[in-house]
Amino acid sequence: MIRALEMKPGTPVPQAEIPALDQEEFGEAMLALAAQDCRIAALFAAPHPLADPAGRLRIWAVMADDAAGTVWVLRSRAIKGQFHSLTSLLPQLHLFEREIAEEWGVLPEGHPWLKPVRFPPPVPGRASVFGPKNEAVGHMDFFRATGSQAHEVAVGPVHAGVIEPGHFRFQCHGEDVLHLEISLGYQHRGVERALPGFPGPRTLALMETLAGDTTMGHGLAYCRAMESLSGTTPCPEAEILRLVMLELERLANHTGDLGALAGDVGFLPTLSFCGRLRGDFLNLSALVCGSRFGRGMVRPGGVGFGLDRERTALLRERLQATLADVEGAIQVLWDSGTSMRRFHDTGVLSREDATALGLVGPAARASGLERDVRHDFPRGWYEHLRFPIPTRDEGDVFARATVRHLEIRQSVNLILNALSALDPDLASDPARLAPRTAASPPLLARDALTVSLEEGWRGEICHVCLTGPDGSIGRYKVVDPSFHNWFGLALALRKGQISDFPLCNKSFNLSYCGHDL
Amino acid sequence: MFSIIAQRLRQKKRTISFPAAAPTLPDRFRGLPELDPGICATCAVSCPPPCILACPAKAMFEENGAMRLDMGRCTFCGSCENACPHGAVRFTQGYSLSARHRDDLILGPGLLPRMEALDTRMRKLFGRSLKLRQVSAGGCNACEADANVLTTVVFDLSRFGIDFVASPRHADGLYITGPVPENMREGLMLTLEALPLPRIIIAVGACAISGGLFADLDTSAKGALPHLEPDLFIPGCPPHPVTALDGMLRLLGRI
Ligand code: SF4
Ligand code: SF4
Repeated sequence: MIRALEMKPGTPVPQAEIPALDQEEFGEAMLALAAQDCRIAALFAAPHPLADPAGRLRIWAVMADDAAGTVWVLRSRAIKGQFHSLTSLLPQLHLFEREIAEEWGVLPEGHPWLKPVRFPPPVPGRASVFGPKNEAVGHMDFFRATGSQAHEVAVGPVHAGVIEPGHFRFQCHGEDVLHLEISLGYQHRGVERALPGFPGPRTLALMETLAGDTTMGHGLAYCRAMESLSGTTPCPEAEILRLVMLELERLANHTGDLGALAGDVGFLPTLSFCGRLRGDFLNLSALVCGSRFGRGMVRPGGVGFGLDRERTALLRERLQATLADVEGAIQVLWDSGTSMRRFHDTGVLSREDATALGLVGPAARASGLERDVRHDFPRGWYEHLRFPIPTRDEGDVFARATVRHLEIRQSVNLILNALSALDPDLASDPARLAPRTAASPPLLARDALTVSLEEGWRGEICHVCLTGPDGSIGRYKVVDPSFHNWFGLALALRKGQISDFPLCNKSFNLSYCGHDL
Repeated sequence: MFSIIAQRLRQKKRTISFPAAAPTLPDRFRGLPELDPGICATCAVSCPPPCILACPAKAMFEENGAMRLDMGRCTFCGSCENACPHGAVRFTQGYSLSARHRDDLILGPGLLPRMEALDTRMRKLFGRSLKLRQVSAGGCNACEADANVLTTVVFDLSRFGIDFVASPRHADGLYITGPVPENMREGLMLTLEALPLPRIIIAVGACAISGGLFADLDTSAKGALPHLEPDLFIPGCPPHPVTALDGMLRLLGRI
């Protein structure tokens, strides 16, 4: 009997029903859940009462049970100054525990790799658990290899390309990388701390820009959290349109990344074809909602834009034409022997490591892990669709590229399938699609908790919302898939070469701002 | 080899003819906003007008009895258009939004954006070759992604002599995205210092112009202005690639 509450994502529960455990019990429950193949979806701290930042801290955990399609929620009793780290037994918690330490100034006792995560501004009255050495961004004790032949290469925060900032520190022996340490936080905007309070127009806008290339993913996770807490059910047409837009987002990003992977090995035809094709998918999003990134599309209770008969036909036609061009563009890459030699066996991440780190998304699937929120925790229109999860076993750049290619095909199928069920008359009725305007926020259940899971193009997005006694947001936790996956990139580079880095990095293409929040 | 050539033919020529011909924009594109002078004047004094309540970015405000829309904060979400019961706010297909001065981004009934080119000397230096170093300082990766799009075959930025380069030492200007939160300030300033003089600074997107949605957050991200003097502001969230290209070409006096 595991002392945790099993629930469905999207179903709100009163916080009082979630078992409060002491430190020992909490650790036992986490390990018992892990032993039955649950993995971490979120781990965070919140004060009690929620509105009192100086209140006693409790730790909340959400473990995902992919096979059962449920999540297990548990919390600790109040902790003071420190808590038992579980990282050495459950490595997938490593960054979550560091985050709690940094955010709240509490020490995860026994954490083997305790370092800052994103270097937030100091909070008055809360001491840091890191020394004064670790105050400014990028200043921390990096792991170092020593020896006469060992050397260190530092890259960033500002990189050579048009890309977000982050710092990479390579420990090398000759050309071989012994270890890569990734130090982020440069993109930290402080979004999570701005979320408590009654949800308003800015709350949704902040969600849409948590990671701008994942506007639909995070926007949807937020809207579902609000719908769950306010007992709202969007109409089926709105659900179909949400699926269409979420898959378009996946298509644009996967296509762009396959092109960029080709570019990283110097195979320019696919780079230039896919650069255009990525934009064509973005333009399909703009066809639906006027924004290439899907801004303004999803809103609590529904969607902001409809699809009439002509627009649906145009969307379908352009989607199929774009897919045909993408297939052609990728085929020449697969046929290029020199490119494939660079893709194969580069950046290998074993299934064991991927499991231990709790990887999600295409990166996990390329290491043989069958997990996909759309399949395991279907919501909205995904509940009506059955589809297999494409996986590969190699765990290398080739596997990650192949999984993305297979997902491109699958996304187009999902969209076409969903569109065939769309009633254009109902789908162009604005009052039906968006029953609520931005200025009339939903009333949320009091003292409740809800969990939202969405499969963004990088993998699982998890939002957890705790409401206060007045029905306002008391604590809102965001877990971007990148938060699970950055360490996977670090491991994939071990025993590789520095010159493999751009290729490996692009095969994961993780979010800096999604991690830094 | 032959299959690559065949594929190249199949994929066709894709470069748009902008600026020679007008760009094709989606019909739902939200471009230059227009405020109706008559209606907004009466509404501005009601407290507070629904457009202000609906705005996520504090971009709508009232000034001396008239409504103002600050494109330097606006995310072009269209909520104000939906919220206005009189249909007085309208987003047109206008894509030419850039300005040289921050204040020129503040629109009102009858107030349109104003844009002028660089002076003759700077135009002579950069008019036919402008190398830019892009710095993302807290950008959400949408502004960055659409900067990347400019380099694709569709926009083919380099046909205008404009390129993104890797080293600030090789750059004539900075292309800044993001609200410049605390943790990126030093990185941005060090990059700027590495640029030779004279140089051009371009602030791209609501974030870089004003801090946008993040202006009131506790990482005091207020955009580029408190630290630098941009020569060009390109509004949007993110700006459409055509808007960004149009702004840069106007700056160089090429439109
Ligand atoms: S379109 Fe601009 S001014 Fe209007 S509500 Fe959105 S952010 Fe505010
Ligand atoms: S202006 Fe908008 S799109 Fe650009 S970085 Fe800021 S939030 Fe992202």
